[in-house]
Amino acid sequence: MSTLRTEEMTLNMGPQHPSTHGVLRFVIRADGEVMREAIPDVGYLHRSIEKIAEKVGYHGFMPYTDRVDYVCAMFTNQGWGMACERLANIEVPRRGEYCRVIAAEFNRLASHLLTVGLMGMDIGAMTPFLHALREREMINDLIEELCGARLTFNYMRIGGVAWDLPPGWREKALAYLDHLDPIITEFNALFSYNKICVQRLANVAPVSAEEAINYNLVGPNLRASGVKWDVRRDIPYSAYPEFDFNIPIGTGEWGTVGDAMDRYMMRIREMTESSKILRQALTQIPEGPVLAKVVRNFKPPAGECQVRVESARGDQGWYVVSDGTANPWRVHVRTGSFAAMGIIQKLSRGLMIADLVVLIASLDVIAPEIDR
Amino acid sequence: MEPSAIFDLIGGRFGDKVAEVSLKPPGLFAVIKSEALLDICRYLREDPELAMDCLSNQTGVDRKDCIEVVYHLFSYRLRHEAVLKVRLSRENPVLPTVEGIWKSANWMEREIFDLLGVTFDGHSDMRRILMPEDWPGFPLRKDFVEPAEYHGISTVRESPILRLDEKKK
Repeated sequence: MSTLRTEEMTLNMGPQHPSTHGVLRFVIRADGEVMREAIPDVGYLHRSIEKIAEKVGYHGFMPYTDRVDYVCAMFTNQGWGMACERLANIEVPRRGEYCRVIAAEFNRLASHLLTVGLMGMDIGAMTPFLHALREREMINDLIEELCGARLTFNYMRIGGVAWDLPPGWREKALAYLDHLDPIITEFNALFSYNKICVQRLANVAPVSAEEAINYNLVGPNLRASGVKWDVRRDIPYSAYPEFDFNIPIGTGEWGTVGDAMDRYMMRIREMTESSKILRQALTQIPEGPVLAKVVRNFKPPAGECQVRVESARGDQGWYVVSDGTANPWRVHVRTGSFAAMGIIQKLSRGLMIADLVVLIASLDVIAPEIDR
Repeated sequence: MEPSAIFDLIGGRFGDKVAEVSLKPPGLFAVIKSEALLDICRYLREDPELAMDCLSNQTGVDRKDCIEVVYHLFSYRLRHEAVLKVRLSRENPVLPTVEGIWKSANWMEREIFDLLGVTFDGHSDMRRILMPEDWPGFPLRKDFVEPAEYHGISTVRESPILRLDEKKK
């Protein structure tokens, strides 16, 4: 009897794969269902936003920052704003800082809701996705009232925010939070603690703390590996020192510390913390102006700085070099998704092909943020 | 530890390999010579007093007279950071890779190679990452001229607003 002929397959996944969170592509070398390696191929959404920054000037770049990460554009707005403010030594009015925190934390809720919903869809459950998007729509409505846009907000300005909270918005926002807290519990009962979800996510692609730091994973992905690090607490910025909130870390109670389930649960737990911050911010918000006086022809003195913002996808670093003219000399944004994509090739070795989708979803990779 | 103290430690150990230290806020940095890059990086990572376990950002800047590669180092254990820079000639920018010290350098060095044309010696996978493989030139260089078309596809688009204006005529 002749032996069965086997060979390694090379498969293409993407660039239009529905579960790859934007346009990205993998070349997979697989032995049956088990991957030898998945090699990411990115760049499909590269628009050279950093080059655009050199041409459009400081104020003009603000709407472009929305496009760096359109799922949580408030943070890219804030990162750019903060970098310019640090270069020119501008102080944001306290109410402006509160508005920023409120907008950003609502955006974090919206982004995490999308992430946990997509996780459901990626492992084949449509219902949680619809539940999560229903809640996200309400946040979009709130943010739309705040700044007129639902996705690419362009809400913040150098020196503060563009508009104050509309009349009656605070009460609406607080009412929404009262509505959301039981929804998170319900979502957990429906999906997070569901046996199928736990079995599908637990022990998939665990990342140790050393590995996470070495590969520069940030935000929820880093905390899932057990590193208690949050820019909001550890390099305090904006109004965050005034709020009381916890930093959840991965516990490994379903499998290994730093596995896909831990990364998924980080988002659920952070939603509760965001809701806590929002309640405090909405009740404590001081009166006053929301935007500092910043000249139209904004020319920060020559120099450079890096600011770090805790976005929904983790520590986002804005490195800005100014030469004293009206256009920045160089802008670089180091994003969480870029780092997370870098570790996929290593984590994919020995995984099942179906688990690659889980891995991407659990790392919460957003393609425009990788490619910029 | 303050960045200035970190620069002092590097200066004390490597002496003339540190070309310049700038302590002007908000961006403090030290410029080091490229031949000492690997030694300094290894020292920063392995010395228990410094323990820079994370390369949090690596990027390049075209300064017209040279190309700078910037390293933002960070220590999660000791919670301090430092910025190192290396200056390279624009004609032949080559640097040794720090991928062996921090894995995160792999993708960031590919990006610098792609957009600024700095080659990293010893890198495991020195390919373009964001631009197409056959793209001419390095877009983030200041003298880069955008090609008018790419494989017959125009890279510029007529403004739709101008087109409307012409229709009115």
